[in-house]
Amino acid sequence: MSSAMLPSVRDALALGLTEGEYELICEKQGRAPNQVELAMYSLLWSEHCAYKHSKKLLGTLPTEGEYVVMGPGENAGAVDLGDGLVCAFKVESHNHPSAVEPFQGAATGVGGILRDIFAIGARPIAVLDSLRFGEPEIGLPYPFNGVEEDKGRSGRGSDRKTTQQSTDGENSEKLAEKRSNLAANRSRYLLDRAVAGIGHYGNSIGVPTIGGEVYFEAPYEQNCLVNAMALGIGERDKLIRSAAAGIDNVVVLFGASTGRDGIGGASVLASAELGSEDDDKRPTVQVGDPFEEKKLMECSLELLERRLIVSLQDLGAAGLTSSASEMASKGEVGIDIDVAKVPLREADMEPFEIMVSESQERMLCVVEPSNVKQVLALCEKWEVGGAAIGTVTDSGHMRVFDGGELVGEMPVRALVDDCPLYDLEPAKPTSTPYLAPKAPRPPKEEPREILLALLASPNIASRRPLFEQYDSVVQSRTVRRPEQADAAVLAIRPLDGSEREAIPGIAVSIDCNGRRVAADPYTGTIAAALECASNLACVGAQPLGTTNNLNFGNPEKPHIAWQLTESVRGLGDACRALQAPIVGGNVSLYNEGASAGPIYPTPVVGMVGKLGDVRRAGRSGFARAGDTIAIVGPFSPSLPASELAKLGGEQLPDGLPPIDVDAVLTAQAAVREGVGNGALASAHDIAEGGLAIALAECCLGGGLGAQVDLPVNIERLFGECSGTFVVSGDEASLRKLGERTGVELIGTVEGEALILGEIDISLAELRQAHGALAELFA
Amino acid sequence: MKFGVLRFPGTCDEVDALLAARRVGDAELLWHGERDLRGADAIVVPGGFSYGDYLRAGAIARFSPVMESVIAFAREGGLVLGICNGFQVLCEARLLPGALLPNANLRFTFRQVALEVAEGETAFTNACEDARLSIPAKHSWGRYYADEQTLATMRANAQVVLCYAPGENFNGSVQDIAGVRNERGNVFGLMPHPEHAVDELTGSADGLCIFASMRLAVEGAHLGTGAHV
Repeated sequence: MSSAMLPSVRDALALGLTEGEYELICEKQGRAPNQVELAMYSLLWSEHCAYKHSKKLLGTLPTEGEYVVMGPGENAGAVDLGDGLVCAFKVESHNHPSAVEPFQGAATGVGGILRDIFAIGARPIAVLDSLRFGEPEIGLPYPFNGVEEDKGRSGRGSDRKTTQQSTDGENSEKLAEKRSNLAANRSRYLLDRAVAGIGHYGNSIGVPTIGGEVYFEAPYEQNCLVNAMALGIGERDKLIRSAAAGIDNVVVLFGASTGRDGIGGASVLASAELGSEDDDKRPTVQVGDPFEEKKLMECSLELLERRLIVSLQDLGAAGLTSSASEMASKGEVGIDIDVAKVPLREADMEPFEIMVSESQERMLCVVEPSNVKQVLALCEKWEVGGAAIGTVTDSGHMRVFDGGELVGEMPVRALVDDCPLYDLEPAKPTSTPYLAPKAPRPPKEEPREILLALLASPNIASRRPLFEQYDSVVQSRTVRRPEQADAAVLAIRPLDGSEREAIPGIAVSIDCNGRRVAADPYTGTIAAALECASNLACVGAQPLGTTNNLNFGNPEKPHIAWQLTESVRGLGDACRALQAPIVGGNVSLYNEGASAGPIYPTPVVGMVGKLGDVRRAGRSGFARAGDTIAIVGPFSPSLPASELAKLGGEQLPDGLPPIDVDAVLTAQAAVREGVGNGALASAHDIAEGGLAIALAECCLGGGLGAQVDLPVNIERLFGECSGTFVVSGDEASLRKLGERTGVELIGTVEGEALILGEIDISLAELRQAHGALAELFA
Repeated sequence: MKFGVLRFPGTCDEVDALLAARRVGDAELLWHGERDLRGADAIVVPGGFSYGDYLRAGAIARFSPVMESVIAFAREGGLVLGICNGFQVLCEARLLPGALLPNANLRFTFRQVALEVAEGETAFTNACEDARLSIPAKHSWGRYYADEQTLATMRANAQVVLCYAPGENFNGSVQDIAGVRNERGNVFGLMPHPEHAVDELTGSADGLCIFASMRLAVEGAHLGTGAHV
């Protein structure tokens, strides 16, 4: 091997390694690494690949349980559905690419998570997404009665001049407003393009996008979050692992050709804070092609169906480098790769570029020599490229050849397993690192106006303008689409009309209220996990397993380390209580804008559950006039950190009230069974905006009004808490439910208005307020 | 009665169409690279993104080997149903008049739409009991367009089979047209997806009558009574 032009420690630093890590690499290699080797180490030892700041914490999470078939470590986790079937699922982030180029960033995020699912042999059946952006500063959909809208602050153009005062502060006020408009415009742009990118990929590949969530908060302004979750269904005995096996077996790369796109994405983009020069990083964002992925998916699934391959792995972050090394590491073997055999989309690529390219839509598999011909023939059938590029060896080394020349050699263990892990140094900050939210409107005392303003606020308004851009029905199994229920519901097998008995289904929910986690990382994270389980309960589903995406700021800062530590502790406690172990997930750190500080800590939780019969799947909207309405669960609402507090510009509290988890679990079980046995006609969990908003959503979902007899009390109407529900059904059933858990009968489904004490709002007016996000996509 | 459902690279809704067709008869998938229609009595060109919709939706699929056979099959009077991307393919193949343009809102849009059956006595609607159908639509290129002369001819020949109900035409189609047939009446294309409306559990079963109609027409033809085919 030529040792000329060896890179220096300075090159290592430029690639994101520390001086200490560089020295350790020299020690592991027994010499200074060459360019190929350094490039590969820098990626595999990046935060994104090595989880060097989070691995120790992740070890504290519960990962085993009755239903777990595959836990963390594989491309995706999987839980047992019975009948020989499993559900594979995982959530992954594509935050930094999306902040740089939202359409492709989001699209390739979906592409990557789908590959993770079919890489274990499951057919992708659904996508969900979890998005965070800065404030879009939408205007009120209409002037509220008797309330003068403060247009100057709402950022809506035309009337601004008439309301602006000519004061000494005018210039600075104008400047602040201009800055705020620019930020809002950018947030709207990111939202618009990310949603388009998710739709572009999911729609084109025939996998329904069945749910998701989006929040708008200032701390995400300079660092948006795009997390995508995918689910698949596979036969338990046809699942495949990624461990390479069988000395002299052939390593086949198939799918798209390899280009210079996405070089260094894992280290440069994913493992550092974003800065103002990020446009320069655009070449590190990959470009997706869902058509190529569709063919790749069908080809991979047919390869597995015909049992032609030994192991399978997708190429994601760090490309060939990470997929080949991880396959070798898991199989405790070595792999030789000849970069001269890799089909390229541009000439003259350097060996290190080929090894680290993040070109999309590629898979790597290990094949017995006698099957190689058939594998390549199948690639030809699906019109995807395929090439034998290497072999499995017993050397324990990753060796990279360029034709006959050895251009890199590294012990697999050093590459994959020996990256130093760092201890966090958590310290609770003495004061919150977040600014008080800007009050978009002066808080109003009138409960009616509060209700409408909340219903129209970006975190609560209908998500229809977003999910209308996604195909939610392809694959003939979607029983509950977005806004029909708190969780999406899918029949396990596509519906074909032959069903006679119960039709088993799965339900899925994804959630995290980052503002509440920021107020209290431990309790806020428990609330996120409980909310997922509450959503599942509302459709009648029992949790089977959990996936999570830990989106945090720079873990080297003590207060971020504290957020991360507390949040993971909460996640572990919640998942243990719910008996919904973590089967896989992702960590995204360094989510900080150049001048804006850290994002709200956002441990996105995705939860999959099972229900016995989709014909009994719950709905969120009121179903029958005359039904009785009740609150179920330990209803103890409080205002700090609520949407109403945000609307009023209140600073985050230090801590949330503790949650009585056992009481919540009892309420969830009661609702789940009530939905499952038909006692409840509707069920909806009380979340952002509290009881009043939940009632409004139930009215809108069912197109029915409600008469609710409650004294108007701001905290009871708009305060937030965990594990409580608005349900409807016949009075006797609800009273029976009260034998198990807290049940308070509060009213009746009737008429065409929500009448809540002295509040009286027609469905039409509710609908108009709820439609506030439409302007973002007009 | 056997349906043949085409499968191109990039087709997404072929299994849904297969399952829907099997609710009224036999059905099997037909691979784009083969010319053999395997004895199918009717053809479904399903939705999706054939060949990635590159160049223009349907423009490449129209030249595939299987389409040569489908075009010949249609010329002999065989029943052909094109759904969404399939409708686009049939327009590109000149089996149906008009063209599909980008939606007026320039976005992919999914919506459960209400349709009105404008012609109930066709080989594709004769089993539809209701004059109003609730069927999902999902596309970015679904704005039906034909010039005025063509539209006049189509109206004269009762070729406009389905229309968006008032207020439901989200893509900006001319004259609210959602589905059209050829002059002979044996080829039909629509943008909404009847195969996604065959079971109340998934939202609606109103689309099933399209497939049932085809069966009725084919079996009527076999019995010598299928005047429309």
